[in-house]
Amino acid sequence: MGKGAERVLMKGNEALAEAAIQAGCRHFFGYPITPQTELSAYMSRQMPKVGGIYLQAESEIAAINMVLGAASAGLRVMTSSSSPGISLKTEGISYLAGSDLPCLIVDIMRAGPGLGGIQPAQGDYNQVTKAPGHGDFHILVFAPSSVQEMVDLVFLAFDRAEEYRVPAMILGDGLLGQMMEPLVFPERKEEGRKKPWATTGHQNSRPKNIVNSLYLKANLLEEKNRERQQRYEKIIENEQRSEEYLTEDAEIVVVAYGASARIARSAVNSAREKGIKAGLFRPITLWPYPKKALGALGEKVKQFLCVEMSMGQMVDDVKLSTSCKVPVAFFGRCGGIIPTPQEVLAEIEKLAGR
Amino acid sequence: MRKTVYTKSKGLTDIPTHYCPGCSHGIIHKLVAETLEEMDLLGNTVGVAPVGCAVLAYEYFNVDMVEAPHGRAPAVATGLIRALPDRTVFTYQGDGDLAAIGTAETVHAAARGENIVIIFVNNAIYGMTGGQVAPTSLIGQVTQTSPYGRKENHEGFPIRMCELLSTLNGVCYAERVAVNNVPAIKKAKKAIQKAFDNQVNKRGFSIVEVLSSCPTNWGMSPVDAMKWVDENMVPYYPLGCFKDKTAGKEA
Amino acid sequence: MKSKDCNMIFAGFGGQGILFSGKVMAYAGLIDDKEVSWLPSYGPEMRGGTANCSVCISDEPVGSPLVVAPDVLVVMNKPSYDKFIDSVVPGGKVFVDSSLVELTGEKRKDIEIYELPATKLSNEEHLEGIANMILLGKMADKVGIVPMEAVLKAVEKCVPARKAHLLEHNKRAIELGANYAD
Repeated sequence: MGKGAERVLMKGNEALAEAAIQAGCRHFFGYPITPQTELSAYMSRQMPKVGGIYLQAESEIAAINMVLGAASAGLRVMTSSSSPGISLKTEGISYLAGSDLPCLIVDIMRAGPGLGGIQPAQGDYNQVTKAPGHGDFHILVFAPSSVQEMVDLVFLAFDRAEEYRVPAMILGDGLLGQMMEPLVFPERKEEGRKKPWATTGHQNSRPKNIVNSLYLKANLLEEKNRERQQRYEKIIENEQRSEEYLTEDAEIVVVAYGASARIARSAVNSAREKGIKAGLFRPITLWPYPKKALGALGEKVKQFLCVEMSMGQMVDDVKLSTSCKVPVAFFGRCGGIIPTPQEVLAEIEKLAGR
Repeated sequence: MRKTVYTKSKGLTDIPTHYCPGCSHGIIHKLVAETLEEMDLLGNTVGVAPVGCAVLAYEYFNVDMVEAPHGRAPAVATGLIRALPDRTVFTYQGDGDLAAIGTAETVHAAARGENIVIIFVNNAIYGMTGGQVAPTSLIGQVTQTSPYGRKENHEGFPIRMCELLSTLNGVCYAERVAVNNVPAIKKAKKAIQKAFDNQVNKRGFSIVEVLSSCPTNWGMSPVDAMKWVDENMVPYYPLGCFKDKTAGKEA
Repeated sequence: MKSKDCNMIFAGFGGQGILFSGKVMAYAGLIDDKEVSWLPSYGPEMRGGTANCSVCISDEPVGSPLVVAPDVLVVMNKPSYDKFIDSVVPGGKVFVDSSLVELTGEKRKDIEIYELPATKLSNEEHLEGIANMILLGKMADKVGIVPMEAVLKAVEKCVPARKAHLLEHNKRAIELGANYAD
């Protein structure tokens, strides 16, 4: 992180919004829900000032379909919500994916299931990484763990979404959305990708464009899905992101993402002070899951400890990434409770036989 | 000597439609396509197709098209017109799409006065899925899923969308037409023209409800279906203009 | 308390400027080139009930922004005092608006408790509504994690443009608190 006068202090939710505007997003469609509130509020204040559109839709469903409309026009467009709202949006997300439309969806997770609570949680992991809607598809899922990273990943998410023509998601939680941290906005760089597929009116100068997810002929649909699968393979090959902390000589490695990773990092520091060789592996992309890096780490460590604000949804991905060669323990809190570094440290100590 | 007496509108592609014999969608497609061509709008238009019988409309209209999730066409059209305020954006939706699963999207797009045209094809039944009871099915109407006839105390009453929408301030124009005889078709064309004229002049939300026939799912011949529109639909769904801001006509 | 980092909780009723106090402190840390975080409580308790926020100031990247064992506690109501007093680490410092909070029972001996009639002072000095800044001034002076100049500069950053006329009041309140005799 840069130091000095250019650092500003912002809430995660507002930083996400400002980053999107700086990344060239001029269309935002949302629906009120806690704890993403400040993101929409920021957009409603700022969009008119930059000639953009902020529109509060009549429902989460309408909002994601407005995103579909604006994305069809080839524009950078986004929506944001929190867990119950994301469930409602899954229909639209599936259509966006099936229509090969790029867009950015923010999920500031809260505790569930059902109405659940409004405090931070990570219970949407399986939903957004495994089945963010009906049918055979994936979306890019980025999991920032600081306000700075929220900003950086907004730029990346828009860019990669357009490169691969897939929806992208920033998966945060109530803690990251609500907290303020210093950050530096990167130099603005827009790729200006051409979108010859966009439905903007053919102006009698090109064949008509169709944005569509319907293929009534089974062989054509299979062909389309296989073509999309090839893009997914490329994403899996090129877009895995993760960060390692004190893993060089680590015997016990905590695997955690987002807010949990911040807590885990503090716990790892404390464990090191006690002479335990602990480290942290932090997935930054949850789809694609950083299997390559975690698999390599699995060759040299003795024990993994998955720490989540859910009941262990990521454990299977850790096991699969390491071909179950290394035992994977789990510690999690849910319901909106944030695990403390002390609790995580206690788990590390238990595994270290202390 | 041969001479050309009729040419298909440039607003339609050469792809043969999948509609059943006697279905009114063909006539309504033609009216929309002709209007867009006559107003020189084909190059500047983005249409939104529904889910339902007209789902493949994206193949038939010779304009850029987006296929929306079931009922969401007005929301998709909202996204489009907000992104492309100088284009012509229209949706083409059936009664299940517009008046059941997409009621919220329809009402709120209208309330916001989105500058779009909605062509609402009301045939009082779900056609694509094989003839289930629709929000606009008439009392007593027998369908696959109202085998004993629609009952007011069970499925409730059919919804008159034009009347309902005409109470909203955001609506510029709401008219119900039919296409079951030549004079009616001429009136329908005028209404569609007016709706697109409103859109081009940024007057806000216009809806043209077209009473349509579904001989296949109604279980009758095309000719009988045309008669059924007059005898059964028109009495419940009166034809005419319910709102026209340009003529000072309020609901 | 380690000299290199400081974890704080600000707590009181909604409307007392609790979140604002925390924000000023976080901004002061930022100005002083420290790593900082600010995390509010959110939800129904914001609407008329108690409000609190966690602030971390550190030389290292901040791990959990949620403070559960504060080095510093600033409280402006009794429920918050009762809720958080036992969580303060031994050797920690507690700052109480004694105009609003009457400390009853036995006080902890392993921490330093500063009682300051901030609300009373604010009324006497025509600084109505910014008792929070008086308390903050005292805290910043006693804790010393960031220099006072950084705190005063932070106020300039945090007072919104539409309230710019209140900037000098805020600064005066901070100085009043800082110079108030124990």
